[in-house]
Amino acid sequence: MEVLKVSGIGEKYQSQNGEVTALSNINFSVEQGEFMSIVGPSGCGKSTLLSIIAGLLKPTEGTITLNGKLVSGVSPQVGYMLQRDNLLEWRTILKNILFGLEIQKKLTPENIAYAEHLLKTYGLYEFKDKYPSQLSGGMRQRAALIRTLATNPDMLLLDEAFSALDFQTRLAVTDDVYTILKKENKTALMVTHDIPESISMSDRILVLTRRPGTVRNIHTITFDMEQRTPLACRSHIQFNTYFNTIWNELDVHV
Amino acid sequence: MYNEPQTISKERQLYLKRQKRGKQKVLFWQIAILVLFLAVWEIAGQLGWIDTFILSQPSRILHTYANLTQNGILEHIGVTVYETLVGFVLGAALGTLLAIVLWWSGFISKVSEPYLVVLNSLPKIALGPVIIIWVGAGTSAIIVMALAISLIVTVLEMLNGFRSTNREHIKMARTFGASKHQIFTKIVFPGNIKTLFNSLKINIGLSLVGVIAGEFLVSKAGLGYLIVYGGQVFKLDLVMGSVIILSVVAALMYEAVVLLEKAVTRHYGR
Repeated sequence: MEVLKVSGIGEKYQSQNGEVTALSNINFSVEQGEFMSIVGPSGCGKSTLLSIIAGLLKPTEGTITLNGKLVSGVSPQVGYMLQRDNLLEWRTILKNILFGLEIQKKLTPENIAYAEHLLKTYGLYEFKDKYPSQLSGGMRQRAALIRTLATNPDMLLLDEAFSALDFQTRLAVTDDVYTILKKENKTALMVTHDIPESISMSDRILVLTRRPGTVRNIHTITFDMEQRTPLACRSHIQFNTYFNTIWNELDVHV
Repeated sequence: MYNEPQTISKERQLYLKRQKRGKQKVLFWQIAILVLFLAVWEIAGQLGWIDTFILSQPSRILHTYANLTQNGILEHIGVTVYETLVGFVLGAALGTLLAIVLWWSGFISKVSEPYLVVLNSLPKIALGPVIIIWVGAGTSAIIVMALAISLIVTVLEMLNGFRSTNREHIKMARTFGASKHQIFTKIVFPGNIKTLFNSLKINIGLSLVGVIAGEFLVSKAGLGYLIVYGGQVFKLDLVMGSVIILSVVAALMYEAVVLLEKAVTRHYGR
């Protein structure tokens, strides 16, 4: 089943110095339960595309449909994860996790119970009355994910969600997030500049061209293994083949 | 994270001891300088090296203020503190309110910018005569003076804080569909409690400046009045004593704001 459909998206920026075409004619769709990544050279409009899909930005051309409905403005069906965890330091972990529900005025006993259930399942329940500064970087990122999941979105958008973490934490957190998303059976779309990260997590990878960004290619990533985890993928023999293919397509010049 | 173990190692003991010694040394010299200064002042007066009529003397000041209730000094302190607090609260509340309006509307903020710049650089004491004519020579004129001095600074300080709120926090709230009102009450304002208290700390001092300046111009009571009166009748003991009391009052009010900040931000982070 198709969760997200992006058709004919184009985006032009207006600035004092003139007009910039950031994206042009982008078409793709994401299936239920799929993990898809978007990679592309820096400045190709990856994050702009994600903002458009989230409803934060209006596209100049084209439409976004989510579960068959046209997107206009921010939809509660979409969860968005940013580069930093953005936990509010004046709120306890529990209050931080309930933030999205509070904004959407959905603080019902059932929803609170669901958020607490997520905290318990993912080992943060005993920290619920602590403040963000008392948690490690990995735990903070997990709390941010739970904050997004608490509103029960159909689709998750990850905007360079791990690039603020140091490398070791990042490997652990990607494994963590991947497992959680698969367990909750969430559809996800991730923007990243990190090719290995996208290969290790994705079912499909969309490669964008340099500006104005258009779809260059979409790769299906499959690994010959029983229980796929990002960390295990990294040491798999097919990993380098995928890396070289995508690297060549990105056409990076220094 | 840094739990002290049951048995403290020798190196740790030495480190803690050094830390304590360092602090004690600083405190000792802070007190010593004050004591030395007062002693030299007093002795120089006693031995006739300085003219105590012009420079006064600690013992004479003490004598002037020996009986606090008799010469009504408590009442004077009360008047000044009252005027300062009213000016301070009004300045903080009105200033924050105006900053919210300017944060909310980019248009109003752009239009008012040159006016704010001029008002900010204008020495507000120059408005003294105008204020007296408009609101009358009395307590209200003094309060308006305190307000005039502290208001614009508060507006600019708070607005600057609101504008430099973490962009990512705001984006995070927007991804949940937050309205502008929600963004303000749940992200911008709570994220600027530190800015608020910084501006309160500046404000309490500025309000006191305004009150003293106002008292110089119009009052019949208050520390500013005592200073002017003392100067006019050449009672330097009264002037010096009032200045000393004023500095103590100023320090205490500042400390009160610091305590309030600690109580409010107790949870924040650590």
